[in-house]
Amino acid sequence: MTSTAFQKVYTKLTQITKATCTVKATGVGFDELATVSGRLAQVVKIMDDSVTLQIFSGTEGIATDAEVVFFGRPPTLKVSDDLAGRFFNAYGDPIDGGPAVQGREVEIGGPSVNPVRREEPSELIATGIAGIDLNNTLVTGQKIPFFADPDQPYNQVMATVALRTHADKIILGGMGLSNDDFLFYKDTFENAGMIDKIISFINTTDDPPVERLLVPDMALTAAEYFAIEKNEKVLVLLTDLTLYCDALSIVSNRMDQIPSKDSMPGSLYSDLAKIYEKAVQFPAGGSITIVAVTTISGGDITHAIPDNTGYITEGNLYLRRDTDIGKVVIDPARSLSRLKTKVMGKKTREDHPKVMEASVRLNADATRARTKMENGFELTDYDERALAFAKDYANDILAIDVNVGTDEMLDITWGLLQKYFTVEEVAIQDDLIQKYWKKA
Amino acid sequence: MTTGIVTGIIANLVHVEVDGPVAQNEICYIDLDGVKLKAEVIKVQGNIAYTQVFESTRGLKPGSPVEFTQRMLEAKLGPGMLSKIYDGLQDDLHKMEGLFLNRGEYTDPLDEDSTWDFTPIAKEGDNVIAGDWLGEVPENWIPHKIMVPFSMDGKYKIKSIAAKGNYKLTDTIATLEDEDGGLHEVSMVQYWPVKLPIRAYKEKPRPFKMMETGVRTIDTLNPIAEGGTGFTPGPFGTGKTVLQHSISQNAEADLIIFAACGERANEVVELFVEFPKLDDPRTGRKLMERTIIICNTSNMPVAAREASVYTAMTIAEYYRSMGLKVLLLADSTSRWAQALREMSNRMEELPGPDAYPMDLPAIISNFYSRNGYVYLNNGTPGSVTFIGAVSPAGGNLKEPVTEATKKTARCFYALSQDRADSKRYPAVDPIESYSKYLEYEEVQEYLNNNISPTWVSDVYEAKDILLRGKEAGDQINILGDDGVPLVYHQRLWKSELLDRIILQQDGFDKVDKSTPMKRQCYMLELVLKICRYDFEFESFEEVQPYFTTMINAMRQMNYLEFQTDRFKEYETRLNEIVEERRAK
Repeated sequence: MTSTAFQKVYTKLTQITKATCTVKATGVGFDELATVSGRLAQVVKIMDDSVTLQIFSGTEGIATDAEVVFFGRPPTLKVSDDLAGRFFNAYGDPIDGGPAVQGREVEIGGPSVNPVRREEPSELIATGIAGIDLNNTLVTGQKIPFFADPDQPYNQVMATVALRTHADKIILGGMGLSNDDFLFYKDTFENAGMIDKIISFINTTDDPPVERLLVPDMALTAAEYFAIEKNEKVLVLLTDLTLYCDALSIVSNRMDQIPSKDSMPGSLYSDLAKIYEKAVQFPAGGSITIVAVTTISGGDITHAIPDNTGYITEGNLYLRRDTDIGKVVIDPARSLSRLKTKVMGKKTREDHPKVMEASVRLNADATRARTKMENGFELTDYDERALAFAKDYANDILAIDVNVGTDEMLDITWGLLQKYFTVEEVAIQDDLIQKYWKKA
Repeated sequence: MTTGIVTGIIANLVHVEVDGPVAQNEICYIDLDGVKLKAEVIKVQGNIAYTQVFESTRGLKPGSPVEFTQRMLEAKLGPGMLSKIYDGLQDDLHKMEGLFLNRGEYTDPLDEDSTWDFTPIAKEGDNVIAGDWLGEVPENWIPHKIMVPFSMDGKYKIKSIAAKGNYKLTDTIATLEDEDGGLHEVSMVQYWPVKLPIRAYKEKPRPFKMMETGVRTIDTLNPIAEGGTGFTPGPFGTGKTVLQHSISQNAEADLIIFAACGERANEVVELFVEFPKLDDPRTGRKLMERTIIICNTSNMPVAAREASVYTAMTIAEYYRSMGLKVLLLADSTSRWAQALREMSNRMEELPGPDAYPMDLPAIISNFYSRNGYVYLNNGTPGSVTFIGAVSPAGGNLKEPVTEATKKTARCFYALSQDRADSKRYPAVDPIESYSKYLEYEEVQEYLNNNISPTWVSDVYEAKDILLRGKEAGDQINILGDDGVPLVYHQRLWKSELLDRIILQQDGFDKVDKSTPMKRQCYMLELVLKICRYDFEFESFEEVQPYFTTMINAMRQMNYLEFQTDRFKEYETRLNEIVEERRAK
């Protein structure tokens, strides 16, 4: 991003903090971009002729006589079909050695969609992962995060979701991604031969943290271009939003704002909602679906970040390492997709909702049996069967390396139900039993 | 008219240097290169007015001109509001152009060119005061009263009133003469500042009637009174919104006003899409015909979110003044409180608990006190019942918004994570929740007269069964199944029976989703009859299967139309099961 001609240069900084600086200037607009000693910055406060700027890459080495040049516009992204297949940094500049993208320049973080112009989300997104498709089906226009501990393989799962879905475009917004993980995504996408469907905006841990604040807006501006102008189904992957929130708290702290819960800014809910609410189904067929990662600490979902996220998103998915089978599974008890009822049994086979309910319930019985066992109480025959069922269920269905179609998932589950339980225990309505319960 | 210029901008807080008098809460328009941004004065210091802008301030520069209006934020009230979808500032969302909400675009809440079939109620020479009915027009199925504007203080005499006929919304339908002989023309439209309560009524008695919601765990166990207040705090995923939607579909109200305040847009879309299709169980009309939606979703500007609950309340009070039974639902009041927090923070006020403003409890209780059952000037009753959802941070009910609301709302419906996790919906915790109205003598009298003579004592008996069941369950968990007396298992399963048959309700089943009071009474008495029996068991292992068969039979009854043959078949079956082990 370079400046254009005839710009006034200011050189009198009156205040410098770790993330912001203040300069005497006039004629500056709120949210406007600027450079301070060549570093990109954005206006966050104007008080008379004092303009406070948030410098994305930090203020290390900035002097009180640094040159400040204002752009006269907020951050923008040039959008066109040429975005496809490219890697960009948080400012939208290419980092893959390719040429700059030509296209229409649009402001990022634009206005919200009029609610009455939205369509009800109703199209299924198949991922091949049974823990999602069978138990927590995703729908276009949905927004859903993985709540994962940092040691869990959430990036692998996200990449798997990206590879298996039939989205027209996949946009990756990486915030505080380690360089290793960035290379993992890059290699995975390249090896899968689908690189031209993918657009990436990447801020790695090598980059300054405050830059991350631009990533979601960049990714979603690109998503809106494809969803609105090309009527495409766009899947946006954002990882890791906890690191985004950390950057928010750094900036608000430097601006002397009073922190609310867990040192997060009081506006955290609105800040996150602005991102997630970009998920939308348009009447013309285009859609933006957001799958995000929020890393949590020790499974604590009462922390301000997962808590606010949970109130905004349409469900949440949890990963769990199942020690019985030694694999990572999508936890059926805690995960929830709020929009699943819009497609289950409507866009999928009729028995889907009931099979899902029955297997989740019986799996919960196994959890209870396990607690009983651990507390030294005697197990009944039913408990033993439930435990055996749970093991097979985890291995054949929940494990994230299982990759089958929804009908097949249902057939596998029917098989397991029949293997371990009686018709009464399964308690699915008669007409479905007639049809799917194989006569011995 | 006072004008000013912008001197400072911190997100949506804008400082304006003014050249004349300004009032607290006065509305002004900030000119951003020709686009007028609506803003409200929230603090004045010297000649600097602190304003909260209802739009994004991106690109705004110091020196931009500002015009003050000498008016507060007002709702525009008149026929044509039913079925509309408004944003927090009462802009008609359907009238907005384009896919996106463009800032500075404000639309008419009413249809300026519409005509209405007016029938006078008052006549020439009548003495009237604010809120008195001059006439009525049919709006959908509601006889929409045209009233003396609430803002007209003092006494008036009707100088002239329009004859029956079709009139445009803005036509003069009456001329009123004040005590000094001044003349005032009145049309079907009036304005009212949303942050002030409408007090055009004679008296506000204690609520004494019950308001049916069709949700058993509310109606049976902790009923809300017509004109009462209630709130539903709960962590995410416990079904706050589903419960609110279910109440909005089934409640026995003339009019539902739904304020979607800072919540998910897709949930509001569900309302727009479903309500025009769903039938109102009481009138057979479409639900949308009795509904007004105020929608300020979480990504819409935060100051307008704060305004949205007031806009909704003002519209509710307006319809109450027509003698209607209005139910106002707000999802969620925590988002409103957070909007207050964001502004308080930007104004660098000293914070209260969790960085919320110090006066949060006062703001919340003032708002809740605007609801109520009233007798209008002509003696007709009207009511606004309010149920607000609260989203406590981290599911912790000790946080400031929940605590402040608990001090003022009379019904507390705590949604519990445990119940949600075990799929016991609605997840209202029967032990934690309460209704203060159940203690009101006038409510008790109403319930005993209208439901059954022993209703109130039956309800308390049910509460005791639940409490005893919980205690027994806790003991069993600690001491093991065979470590407790057999009777504990019976206690546990009696409470389980009550829980599964009365409290749990399938919101997606066409019969079970809403239960009329008569049926609730029948089922509660049936369950209590069983609970009063003593049963004979040899060992604890027999208890669960036995009660499960009873529960299954009664569940089937819940899914069937009341008192049909199949319903009675299951009841007969149930009685047989009961007799198997009943201690004679």
